Amino acid sequence: MSSTANTHSGTAGDSIAEATIEAVPEVPVIRITRQFAATPEQLFRAHTDPDLFARWVGPRDLNTKIDHWDARDGGSFRFLNVRGDDEYAFRGCFHTVSPDRIVQTFTWEGMPDAVSLETLRFEDLGNGRTRLVAESLCDSFEGRDGWLASGMEVGVNEGYAKLDELLADGAAG
Amino acid sequence: MTDPLSRVFAALADPTRRDMVARLTVGDATVGALAAPYDVSMQAVSKHLKVLEQAGLVSRSREAQRRPVHLEAEVFDLMTKWIERYRRQAEERYQRLDEVLAAMNGTTESQTDHLIGHHIDQEGTAS
Repeated sequence: MSSTANTHSGTAGDSIAEATIEAVPEVPVIRITRQFAATPEQLFRAHTDPDLFARWVGPRDLNTKIDHWDARDGGSFRFLNVRGDDEYAFRGCFHTVSPDRIVQTFTWEGMPDAVSLETLRFEDLGNGRTRLVAESLCDSFEGRDGWLASGMEVGVNEGYAKLDELLADGAAG
Repeated sequence: MTDPLSRVFAALADPTRRDMVARLTVGDATVGALAAPYDVSMQAVSKHLKVLEQAGLVSRSREAQRRPVHLEAEVFDLMTKWIERYRRQAEERYQRLDEVLAAMNGTTESQTDHLIGHHIDQEGTAS
């Protein structure tokens, strides 16, 4: 465990390989940073063309079905992740769709009150490389931590129950 | 901001408290030993420890002044594990994106145009 990276797990600095994540302590933001061997224009297309988007957004064991897609200022989207009879629906509004920046809302329909504001930035690094900075601003710390704690398979409550247990043990000891 | 995970995040938002936690990963330490490297009062250090304690990150026995501070590693690990799992999901998603981008690189402009055109056709016939 790295000693001081309590809210910053993952590879350090500008390492090309893996995504880094930050849970900003002062505001309910999750920030993910990742470099790609692609131009900003290609990354933009992979985020706005529904066929391309459906090929990468969902986990491998789920099928992504685009229900509605209108990637322009003021447009909206809805897509489904399907595994057998299970369906997870996500939707949101595109606020700004520009070559270096996409601003959109994002909701999992299973928790419709938790709406996050997502800002995706495509930073041109030259030589066919681009840094993607994806920020999710949640509407509360609880909401942010819920996203962090969830994953889709393991519920938020299960995670919290486990932490509650640990904290209860600590308080008792 | 009263839920457990937020308390942990808030407790770790302070660099001095992060440093204290980092040093406690090596082993238990008395308040005095913890305070030694910092140019702050014992009261300030006690205040930091109280925040860490309330977040469940450290524990002290009743005789707080003399007894060592203990890191509740499980709570700390659980939080980092959650964040790491979320990060790994993002990384897996972006590895799939790498493949899509590589495929885009492999196709010529006209082929890509054709793919996009094909999609528009599909939408056109569907609506």
